[in-house]
Amino acid sequence: MKEIVVLSGKGGTGKTSIVGSFAALTKSKVLADCDVDAADLHLLLSPSAKEENEFWSGQVAIIDDKECTQCGLCQDLCRFGAIKDCVVDPISCEGCGFCFHICPANAIFMKENLAGRWFISNTKYGPLVHARLGIAQENSGKLVATVRQQARKMAEKLGFDYIISDGPPGIGCPVISSLSGANLALLVTEPTLSGIHDLERVLGVCHHFGVQTMVCINKYDINENNTRRIEGYCLSQEVEVAARISFDNVVTEAIVQGFPVVEYSQGKVTHEIESLWQRIT
Amino acid sequence: MIISVASGKGGTGKTLVATSLARSLKDKYKVQLLDCDVEEPNDHIFLKPTITRSEAVLIPVPKVDEGKCTYCGKCAEVCAFHAIAVLGEHVLTFSQLCHGCGACSYLCPEKAISEGSREAGVVEWGNSDGVEFTHGKLTIGEAMAPPVIREVKEQANKEGIIIIDVPPGTSCPVVKAVKDSDFCLLVTEPTPFGLNDFVLAVETVRELDIPCGVVLNRAGVGDKKVEEYCQKENIPILLTIPLDTEIARLYSRGITLAEGIPQWRGSFLKLFDRIKVLIDERNRCFER
Repeated sequence: MKEIVVLSGKGGTGKTSIVGSFAALTKSKVLADCDVDAADLHLLLSPSAKEENEFWSGQVAIIDDKECTQCGLCQDLCRFGAIKDCVVDPISCEGCGFCFHICPANAIFMKENLAGRWFISNTKYGPLVHARLGIAQENSGKLVATVRQQARKMAEKLGFDYIISDGPPGIGCPVISSLSGANLALLVTEPTLSGIHDLERVLGVCHHFGVQTMVCINKYDINENNTRRIEGYCLSQEVEVAARISFDNVVTEAIVQGFPVVEYSQGKVTHEIESLWQRIT
Repeated sequence: MIISVASGKGGTGKTLVATSLARSLKDKYKVQLLDCDVEEPNDHIFLKPTITRSEAVLIPVPKVDEGKCTYCGKCAEVCAFHAIAVLGEHVLTFSQLCHGCGACSYLCPEKAISEGSREAGVVEWGNSDGVEFTHGKLTIGEAMAPPVIREVKEQANKEGIIIIDVPPGTSCPVVKAVKDSDFCLLVTEPTPFGLNDFVLAVETVRELDIPCGVVLNRAGVGDKKVEEYCQKENIPILLTIPLDTEIARLYSRGITLAEGIPQWRGSFLKLFDRIKVLIDERNRCFER
């Protein structure tokens, strides 16, 4: 079994359109949406939810105002500025429990936190594991780990060849959680200066964690000078450019209609994505 | 006045809006731009500031003096993040997991724990043709963006206009960046992905009780559902940027709209005036 994670650094380069297309191009796989903050893959795959689970993670401090003597010690010691006038701001609280341990009046308790939900769904392309992090929640990395773990379990049970994950943007906690231990990271970039800058950083993270990497240049023809720069950079980093994909508004049309682009169109983009899939597998 | 620029979905044009707004306002106002997208900061590409100062963001992590340690295990018991463990006569620390709360060192009965530090990123200051500029850069391989975001926000001026470029998503880095803004501009695009993530972003700013308005980018690319949603939810669309190859080309080269197509300066100035009116209306509401 091979786990392929699609990342980009910069958002909006086309990760989800590419993962949605891979979903339609291969049978033996489980799909995982690791962008638990702003998941979009389900919009292309029309899933029917089979199983819904709560994701409890972390804690939040609460001060019992009946017991509180307003000594102010918690406020002085909290490094996250989460306590003001003996009230905890749950958004700033990181759940460390320092205040709970030091309160001389035992007026502080820690409450378990419902941080999100995760789902196993059926789609016509196969099973999809996805999740929804609660608004303003921490621990997106842990929820990503849960999604991957469930996807792996299912792929093993069904004897499938691939897990294909749609990754989050950025390079921080949820990206690291999506990436570590994967067999291949496919980095989708675009020929803009922002795209190049962000590719360099996410490639650095892949190298840091020792994950094999390939690059795909999406919308390569919107600035061919920049495309050549990316190719030169990849050559210098010994990273293979597995595909160039053309800019075509048919990709957006497919999103509007709610289909993977390879099912919606038989044009150039579809053939380019098909050969990308062959190249990486 | 703090205006944050957020989006939910990545790649909708936050950076283009934040930098074009800063460039358009700088002749009339004192403007500061804080790039809080510390995982992938891009504003410097568009503003090309001269960086004059740089400082590491340090997170305190425990350092155990094993000469004093009695291996009682109190530190491991109080650490909510499993960043310190006691195994027989060994203390292991996992600095990547440490949030730097300080509980272990404070509560160690032997006072055997002091605080060292690890570098989570850097904050850089500069100036870009009259715009005061600060951004943070998370160190490659480092998981925790919020301490770097916190440090960038610490640099906010007390007066003038402060524009904050927010990371994509809806989780804690976004909230840390948007919190305490007077207004949040949400940049989205008229596609199902744009709408889905925009709805989440609206929920986030509402949770924080911050007034918001919309910049609709690449207008004409998809469908009308974002506009319908805005109408239903009574969220004003303050600026529309059309799908246009010239704009896309400028963007790809890292040029703001204010510089690439100077007519846009007027549009961004108008955008700012509308934001000011919305903030004033809201403040008057509170006074009543």
